[in-house]
Amino acid sequence: MRVLIPGISGMIGQGVALLLRDEGHEVYGIDRRPWPDAPKGIEIFEVDLRKRAAEDVFRKIRPQVVVHMATVTHLLEKSDERYRINLGGTRAVVEHAKKYGVEHVIFVGRHTYYGAAPDSPLYHTEDEPPMGLASFPELADLVASDLYAGSALWRHREFATSVLRLCYTLGPAGHGTLGTFVRGPRVPTILGHDPLFQFMHELDVARAIAVTVEKRPVGVFNVAGPQPVPLSIIIKETGRTAVALPEFVFSAALGRFGLPRLPAGALQHIKYPITIDASAFRKATGFVHDIDELRTMHDYREAFPVVSR
Amino acid sequence: MQIPVDAEVQRRVMELEVPFNESGVDPYGLSRAHLAQSMTLLKLAYRHYFKVEVHGMENVPARGRAMIVGNHSGGFALDAGCVIASTFFEMNPPRLAQGMAEKFIAKFPIAAMWATRAGQLTGLPENAARLLEDDRLLMVFPEGARGTAKLYKERYSLVNFGTGFMRLALRTRSPIVPMAFLGGGEAVPTVFNAVSLGKLLGVPYIPVTPWLFAIPLPVQLDVYYGEPIQFEGDGSEEDDVVNGYVEQVKERIAAMLEVGRRRRKGEA
Repeated sequence: MRVLIPGISGMIGQGVALLLRDEGHEVYGIDRRPWPDAPKGIEIFEVDLRKRAAEDVFRKIRPQVVVHMATVTHLLEKSDERYRINLGGTRAVVEHAKKYGVEHVIFVGRHTYYGAAPDSPLYHTEDEPPMGLASFPELADLVASDLYAGSALWRHREFATSVLRLCYTLGPAGHGTLGTFVRGPRVPTILGHDPLFQFMHELDVARAIAVTVEKRPVGVFNVAGPQPVPLSIIIKETGRTAVALPEFVFSAALGRFGLPRLPAGALQHIKYPITIDASAFRKATGFVHDIDELRTMHDYREAFPVVSR
Repeated sequence: MQIPVDAEVQRRVMELEVPFNESGVDPYGLSRAHLAQSMTLLKLAYRHYFKVEVHGMENVPARGRAMIVGNHSGGFALDAGCVIASTFFEMNPPRLAQGMAEKFIAKFPIAAMWATRAGQLTGLPENAARLLEDDRLLMVFPEGARGTAKLYKERYSLVNFGTGFMRLALRTRSPIVPMAFLGGGEAVPTVFNAVSLGKLLGVPYIPVTPWLFAIPLPVQLDVYYGEPIQFEGDGSEEDDVVNGYVEQVKERIAAMLEVGRRRRKGEA
């Protein structure tokens, strides 16, 4: 099949592209970022998804499947710019898909959609509303993109829609929110909190998306692999040292001492868990992860060893 | 801080039929190492501080889903501690009774963390249903915080039971093991509940005893387990039906409380 991947130059995008190419699909990508050394057989168009040039790609390629991964998830980008990229990009995908006869559109979103709160249940299911926005309004664009993509399920029945809510990614590429958070030798935590984190090896994440291309499940799906693990164990198994700070100290230290400048709501995510029930996805696609949580953490540790001075 | 783990506790923790991963954590965040530390402390209270007598332990199923449904007695969750200790120390192989902690606890750092690590999740219907579907042993106090707020003179009474637990039992086809707990009122004889002070501290109330603080006395505590009851239905029944089922459970608990009360007074 002809598969177009907006956001192909990201770490997961590259992984999905390689898997699909190896399975014999024709793979094309759209990304503003280059993919230097892109392998043979994968054609990249360095254009902005929201611009006219991207539509030309749809017209020229006539993809059968689109895997939309061109979203900005890190919070360092300014909010209004993120809003434009994430919602504008998703809208462009929906409109071009309709106009150019795409058969299947996959939207790759995040499990942070559900939000982290002291009174939220463990293991969210897909029918739950996004309750975390009140404490973490900066996630509004991701939530809105997810819901907008989901509306394609009834607005555009001419193509199959899969909306994926992926758990965190971890692995030797060091990509993603969790991989970035535990990168340093000392990882700050909030005293008295040890939330569960659900993550999947980057190779399994790419496989889960490739399986979605193959099985074409219609609907909204949580995607996860191994069971979640408390943050303290992630820190230990990746060879780091936890530095537990009282919450007021942690808040005051953000943006200083090498800590990222995060919005206050982000602290909820290191106080309370977001765990998802991925049984519907497993049932619809037969997907089972290959790499367990311990090996995932150890792969990360080997790729980013802590050098003792 | 590491608490040295008792040898019996260590052996029993290893015998628990819980799907721990290689790091010793289950899918709900229950941690084998932290559970062992908590149980070591609980053992001190259960075996040495209080005099606890357990009756009808054989009524708690050895395996499979079940709900222990009981009364509250005492200004705070002494009853839950006794249920957890009894299924852990008296059953072979041991079972972990998992409670539904009051929601306010989830907001407190450290307390919430230890509750999760010891297998006590936040009291939400979704969490309860999931534990039962996983064939765990759930512990429910349908009186809620109103139950622990009973005063000394009300110690053998039951306040209103909610119906949520019964619909959950029906929906998940879980047997109910009625449980009666006696002695909490003597251990923590609440004469007054300081509600305003409690609100200030973020809890529903603070129990006040004749010696001001709710430090429990080392008294005798009794735990009675009744025969399991399996109710028929799917949880979508009319309120009348469900209330009738709830009444049956409440009557069984009240009857066990009466037996226990007489026994404690030295009557037959």
